[in-house]
Amino acid sequence: MAFTCTLTLNNEVAHITLAGELDAAVAPQFRAKIEEAAAAKVTRLVLFMSELEYMASAGLRSLAFAKQKMGANVDIYMVGVQETVAETITMTGFHNSVIMVESYDEA
Amino acid sequence: MSNADLQRIDINPTHSYNGFKLRPGKPLPFGATLVPGGVNFSIYSSHATACTLVLFVKGQPQPYAEIPFPEEFRIGNVYAMVVFDLDYENIEYGYRMDGPFDPPVGHRFDQSKILLDPYAKAIGGRDVWGVPPDWNNIYHYRGRLTFDDFDWQGDRPLQIPSEDLIIYEMHVRGFTRHASSGVKHPGTFAAIREKIPYLKALGVNCVELLPIYEFDEFDGSRPHPWEEDKLLMNYWGYSTVGFFAPKAAYAATGRLGMQVDEFKALVRELHANGIQVLLDVVFNHTAEGNEMGPMISFRGIDNKTYYMLTPDGYYWNFSGTGNTLNCNNPLVRNMVLDCLRYWASEYHIDGFRFDLAAILGRDPIGIPLSNPPLLESLAYDPILAKCELIAEAWDAGGLYQVGSFPAYGRWAEWNGKYRDDMRRFLKGDMGIIGAVAQRLQGSPDLYAWRGPTASVNFFCCHDGFTLADLVSYNDKHNEANGWGNTDGGNDDHSWNCGFEGPTDDPAVNALRMRQMKNAFALLLVSQGVPMFLMGDEVGHSQQGNNNTYCQDNELNWLDWALVERNAELLRFVQRCIAFRHAHPVLRNREHLRNYDYVGSGYADISWHGTRAWQADWSGTSRIIAFMLCGKHAKSGTVTDSYLYVAANMYWDALPFELPGLPEGMHWHLFANTGAVPDAYEPGSEPRLEPQHEVLIGGRSVVILVGHE
Repeated sequence: MAFTCTLTLNNEVAHITLAGELDAAVAPQFRAKIEEAAAAKVTRLVLFMSELEYMASAGLRSLAFAKQKMGANVDIYMVGVQETVAETITMTGFHNSVIMVESYDEA
Repeated sequence: MSNADLQRIDINPTHSYNGFKLRPGKPLPFGATLVPGGVNFSIYSSHATACTLVLFVKGQPQPYAEIPFPEEFRIGNVYAMVVFDLDYENIEYGYRMDGPFDPPVGHRFDQSKILLDPYAKAIGGRDVWGVPPDWNNIYHYRGRLTFDDFDWQGDRPLQIPSEDLIIYEMHVRGFTRHASSGVKHPGTFAAIREKIPYLKALGVNCVELLPIYEFDEFDGSRPHPWEEDKLLMNYWGYSTVGFFAPKAAYAATGRLGMQVDEFKALVRELHANGIQVLLDVVFNHTAEGNEMGPMISFRGIDNKTYYMLTPDGYYWNFSGTGNTLNCNNPLVRNMVLDCLRYWASEYHIDGFRFDLAAILGRDPIGIPLSNPPLLESLAYDPILAKCELIAEAWDAGGLYQVGSFPAYGRWAEWNGKYRDDMRRFLKGDMGIIGAVAQRLQGSPDLYAWRGPTASVNFFCCHDGFTLADLVSYNDKHNEANGWGNTDGGNDDHSWNCGFEGPTDDPAVNALRMRQMKNAFALLLVSQGVPMFLMGDEVGHSQQGNNNTYCQDNELNWLDWALVERNAELLRFVQRCIAFRHAHPVLRNREHLRNYDYVGSGYADISWHGTRAWQADWSGTSRIIAFMLCGKHAKSGTVTDSYLYVAANMYWDALPFELPGLPEGMHWHLFANTGAVPDAYEPGSEPRLEPQHEVLIGGRSVVILVGHE
């Protein structure tokens, strides 16, 4: 499945929905959205990842980039992460840097 | 003009080659480094005449580009070049070096080979353990780029005082590879993380990992002598391919190229649980073997610099593995220093154990130096200043430096004399009580000016028998290694307790259990730094094999069913570890003085026998007892309980008269390896009755605590 990445800004919260395979070829698209969200000075970044099927090293690098770009005071949520992707995030220790949840309710 | 309009001018290309935009690189740091807009490649060779950068798309059989370094990009002997606009997530790189092929003078350049960067921070191409490589691959071990973006979350090396350490020697794969481990990805860094609760419950605060630098498990591989479907492999990993890269196949995410992150995550989580990480590092030789070996990196880049060569250009073999790294050549010395600094700073490693470290004190033609510059550099290095530096103070060329290793006030040693003397005492040898008294005190005879923390005490390590085998075999049984039982040491000082190998005889098995408890009890009341081998706490056996370097199977894999089967031993070890943590008088930073220097009325350590105050130092003695005065703990700066330890390695029970305690104090029983229960929870030891004497069974150890 082709990679897609969409950003919506809602007050101080950024939503990014990822789908497909996040690899080196498409990682710059994701990073561009993160830059956009950071520029909007949001207080929370929510990544909807239930349609993300695969994440290469470049994807992990992008997540690390997001964490550093947004700053320590911005919570990053990862919503509905598929098992293999979640496992990669956990084994590489990135799970401690984000909040992984099954579902996300803005309220 | 505002600051925002200022642009760096050193980030723009100045040259081009076949569509690649280039500019002269920075010679430092060596290796491949991300810079704005590109990658800085820097590599040195003292004797090459030209160098070419070779680029691959990850995993592709053929390179997609070869870029010769323009001559004007060479500074001194360093080739440095920035290549712009590389898809750095997706490339692998290597070098071709041109120069003379003239073995008698030490040169073996071969431009047809693609060579791994000695400073490669990650290595791809062999990402999954044991998957046979494509031997026709033109470039097996491929340099990759790394990104220093790991979220350490405030972690830093723990800097636990050396005297408080309890080291657990662990093989990454062996710890969890066994089917019984119950982890998701057996044999990996991630799997160790799953087992941290076990390490916490055990009580160790330091793990020492057998080599985790990239190595080739197929190095020297050959069929198992009688099991056709099995292969003997380079399991331990004591032959390095790349000193700066973690072994990809030790990471469950290695196939995704995330081994750097996975290992850092392990270090971070061990630290969060109060456990330090030491690396067993092998700077004495490389995976390239002798002149018959493969050309992976160093040999093709600068053979004469990296290796100790005979006058006619062959390889000196002080390591017993084919070649010897030329560690006191200034260039190699700097590489070693760069490497350790990198691991200490980038991976938060707490210290290093140096394999066959005596080699590091030899000069470029192999002669031992009185003031070896490498060892001195490491000892005084500011980045390594808080790291443990532990030497295996001997080499395969006959240099044995236990007690005399050039220490510069910094280096500790694996104390081989502790191992040998304590093993002999354990099995009941006579004539060594004097030596045993030294070992129990942190070997002041060997380390008079260096303190007890210079002594890493151990009964067993990866090299030799496991503890269970030490008490089950008189002789090694290495037939499975395929050398007709000729490999491995012959000086194990082991005793099988009456029968060679496994037996149903309950008396023999009870004695073996007691002997294992005796060893742990003595180890954990000795001054110095205790270390034990993974699995010894649950009686892991290698079936008498004392050299399992090539056994990627149950001989080495820890069987987790032993945790239940030998729960009695495990509980005893846990309690002895907790006891050591509870008593600072066991963990002195300075040597005991054998007299009273705080006015307590008791010497810091006093020696006893079956009669109090009368130690039996005779040549026929098999007993020793000592009392530690709690008022002398940590050189008299801390008050602890009084401790009494008596070891009766005679085969029959003996009554030991107990030294009297200060008014109002009483002896309490912590451990008696010859009784049930064998040990109590530290802090809840019952009062001993009677107070003046304890009957100690044959081959048993008793530990008492004296307090009100």
